[in-house]
Amino acid sequence: MTININRRSLLAGAGALTISVVLPGSQARAAIFGADKRPELKPENLSTYITLNADGSCTAYWGKMDMGQGTDVGVCQMIAEELDLPVERVELLQGDTATSINMGGASGSTGVQQGGKAMRSAAAEARYQLVELGAKQLGIPADQLTVTNGVVHSKADPSKKISYGELIGGRYFDTQLTWNKQIGNALFVEGKGKPKAVADYKVVGTSPPRRDVAEKVLGTADYIVDIKVPGMVHARMVMPPVVGAEPVSIDEASVKDIPGVQIVRIKEFLAVAAPKEWDAIKASRQLKVKWSDVKSPFPEQKKLYEHIRSAKPVKREDGKDVGNVDEAFKNAARVVEATYEWPFQSHAGMGPACAVVDYKPDGITTVWTPTQKPHFGRDGVANILGLPQEKVRGIYAHGSGSYGRNDSGDAAAAAALVAKALGKPVRMQFMRSEGTGWDPKGPASVHTARAAVDKDGNVTGWHFESKGFSRLDVNSNESEPAHTLAGQQAGAALKYEAAFGVPEESYGFPAKRKAFEVVAPLVDRSSPVRTSHLRDPVGPQIHFASESFIDELAFSLKMDPVEFRLKNLKDPRDLAVVKAAAEKAGWQPRTDARKQMRGDVALGQGISFAQRSGSRCAIVAEVEVNRVTGKVWGRKFTVGHECGIIINPKLLTQTIEGNIVQGTSRSLWEEATFSQDTITSIDWLTYPILDMTEAPETIDVVLIDRKDLPPNGAGECSMRPIAAAIANAIYDATGIRLRQAPFTPDRVKAGFV
Amino acid sequence: MATRIELNVDGKAHTIEADPDMPLLYALRDDLGLKNPRFGCGLAQCGACTVWINGEPVRSCITSVEQVGTGKVTTLAGIGKDGKPHKLQESYIAEQVPQCGYCLNGWIMTGAALLEHTPKPTDAQIRDAMAGIKCRCGTHVSILRAVKRAAQA
Repeated sequence: MTININRRSLLAGAGALTISVVLPGSQARAAIFGADKRPELKPENLSTYITLNADGSCTAYWGKMDMGQGTDVGVCQMIAEELDLPVERVELLQGDTATSINMGGASGSTGVQQGGKAMRSAAAEARYQLVELGAKQLGIPADQLTVTNGVVHSKADPSKKISYGELIGGRYFDTQLTWNKQIGNALFVEGKGKPKAVADYKVVGTSPPRRDVAEKVLGTADYIVDIKVPGMVHARMVMPPVVGAEPVSIDEASVKDIPGVQIVRIKEFLAVAAPKEWDAIKASRQLKVKWSDVKSPFPEQKKLYEHIRSAKPVKREDGKDVGNVDEAFKNAARVVEATYEWPFQSHAGMGPACAVVDYKPDGITTVWTPTQKPHFGRDGVANILGLPQEKVRGIYAHGSGSYGRNDSGDAAAAAALVAKALGKPVRMQFMRSEGTGWDPKGPASVHTARAAVDKDGNVTGWHFESKGFSRLDVNSNESEPAHTLAGQQAGAALKYEAAFGVPEESYGFPAKRKAFEVVAPLVDRSSPVRTSHLRDPVGPQIHFASESFIDELAFSLKMDPVEFRLKNLKDPRDLAVVKAAAEKAGWQPRTDARKQMRGDVALGQGISFAQRSGSRCAIVAEVEVNRVTGKVWGRKFTVGHECGIIINPKLLTQTIEGNIVQGTSRSLWEEATFSQDTITSIDWLTYPILDMTEAPETIDVVLIDRKDLPPNGAGECSMRPIAAAIANAIYDATGIRLRQAPFTPDRVKAGFV
Repeated sequence: MATRIELNVDGKAHTIEADPDMPLLYALRDDLGLKNPRFGCGLAQCGACTVWINGEPVRSCITSVEQVGTGKVTTLAGIGKDGKPHKLQESYIAEQVPQCGYCLNGWIMTGAALLEHTPKPTDAQIRDAMAGIKCRCGTHVSILRAVKRAAQA
């Protein structure tokens, strides 16, 4: 048997999967099963998801994305489980519109929860078909067969066997699936084969390693910044000094000494391109531009929260009340109330975004992009180029992390605009000031929490309101010009959706009200503080407020914060994560700040909890607060986490560790800043993130494995409770209640006075 | 004006035509077509562009090609010996450190240099040596584990 799988040609886009197979009897079988060419990429075709190669290994095609946390490995485990193959024999290809359909890309921690579930169902159907085929080949009824390591064999006599490779290897399933008619995250398919019982799992629940680590560490991996195509030029943006300004005149002579420079200007959009990268950078700095006079668009930074409070809401959403909230507050013996504030925050990826567009107006244009949604990215580039979607291919290439809708889609749109104007392949890379300054932001917001307490000290009512900028000034996918910075600069009007959220919890207060209001964007287009999804969109801000308030409420009732949560949370799964974190951390009960000191350092411990789309997480933070410098060190975090059945405990633990560090960074340091003219947080000095000297000493993760529950998303849940856990720990250490994030040294020190 | 510049990178001699004030990063990436040092900030604030010059970590985004002189440049792909990866690379793989990995040049090139000077660093020495290198995915605790593992290897 010889196999030649030419994967490079598949990935490079020249043609289809090339497989040559010489297998005894294969032609005879071919006549009865499968297709010799991969059927069209349609949601209802099994071959769209699962293919068996001539050596019996599986190649799966996934329309979602892993962004470095190993979600792809988890999905391989789910597929291997159903196919009864060793996980090493399952390869998952993702991020290529030529080989996979749009399953939503990376989105809302749905990789395993929705995308994995669809792939599991397709794999179960593949196994069903293979066993049926095996039954015919072996002349043994299907119910007397089983599969071990990709070999279909008789249960009674394992010597009667036939392998997947012999059955279909190198050919393609022509089986049809039932499809739920939903493209994107919700896509689901089903066949006759049903997923196996959890009790029979061998692969799910183990921890096979990631597949992209070695190539990244050894320096052999290709990143987006490494993609080169013949004839390509390097492009850079030229951004306005005042948000909203347009070029009035451009002095081309100012860059005439730079070889091969070209200037592309479409309304507000201004870019330069040159054959050499350094020349493009020089040109972007050297180009003299006269900009239009525009009114300073922003309020003073210090008046941001005042602006939010006083702005007329464009949307209000009231949840369904529990009990009679108005009555509870009317009859209250006393009311506890507090307000909290959260700033705009940046994705601040390690590298500013980059994209390569190989523009071929008469052929197939290719866009390489590190977006977490390559299908939508492809749609966006096709839209800008005025080409039908099928004439544009989107291919993911590793970028600098992705924590939501970052600047990747903006770079792809900008590359497409330049490529269209110049008629040649373009590599657009943003500079640091664009990556940090002009990426879509997580929204700033204010939150008000109130509780009604009766004369016996019982909480009889709880009312939580958020008011802030939308989480979706631009959509979390970049399929329309209106949803990209470059598209807006070139004239597309903002199409924003007013969206926020409410706390996710199970507090059993007799009366509850949760609502939010959304205020309009500060600028109607091309804004450096336009918002979109940043890891756990609006979760950190809402739960910073709601869970800080739970501590304030507990102390006002002279109760311990853990005891208060255990008394009032009603969902057993919520109680389980709170107990797990508190017990593992060695929780010290208290009814007010303990203010423990070691020299100049105040020591504190705080807890917080949240649900997220069905997952749960409780975090105990232990902090050291330097009373001289005001610096907070998140020394130790203990996490109780439950996300249904666990697919890969090691990669789940590392995902949580990453969230703890990134969440601590957002809580302690991160705040996008602006003058009245433009964004001023534009690099790592003006937008600091957590440094290695401040990294936690210990992150202790307690995973609760609920094998009786479906696998649930775990990419973002642990981001949610961190800020409140830290704020509550700072209070325990110092008696200072910080109600505005981030908890910078200045704000902490101000509290000591 | 472009001038002829000779560079020694990962043991190979190269000649390029470039502005003497062009940062080394663009010589490595654009002229030589190498891929490891990556643009992160262009301001020496993050470490993503780190290479060694004569064994010492430098930020190639602010080091001009002229400043390199006859210095021997080593990239992430060139720190192994005898066809084997550097022990810090091996421990990064064992600990599955990176998520996106875009920042790795800074951490590994700096960490490997630390281990040359200080084979058994304390936790505080590791943290101090790595101060100012950025990782946005938040893999810091994995990085600490990997450096400690390599120090024991």
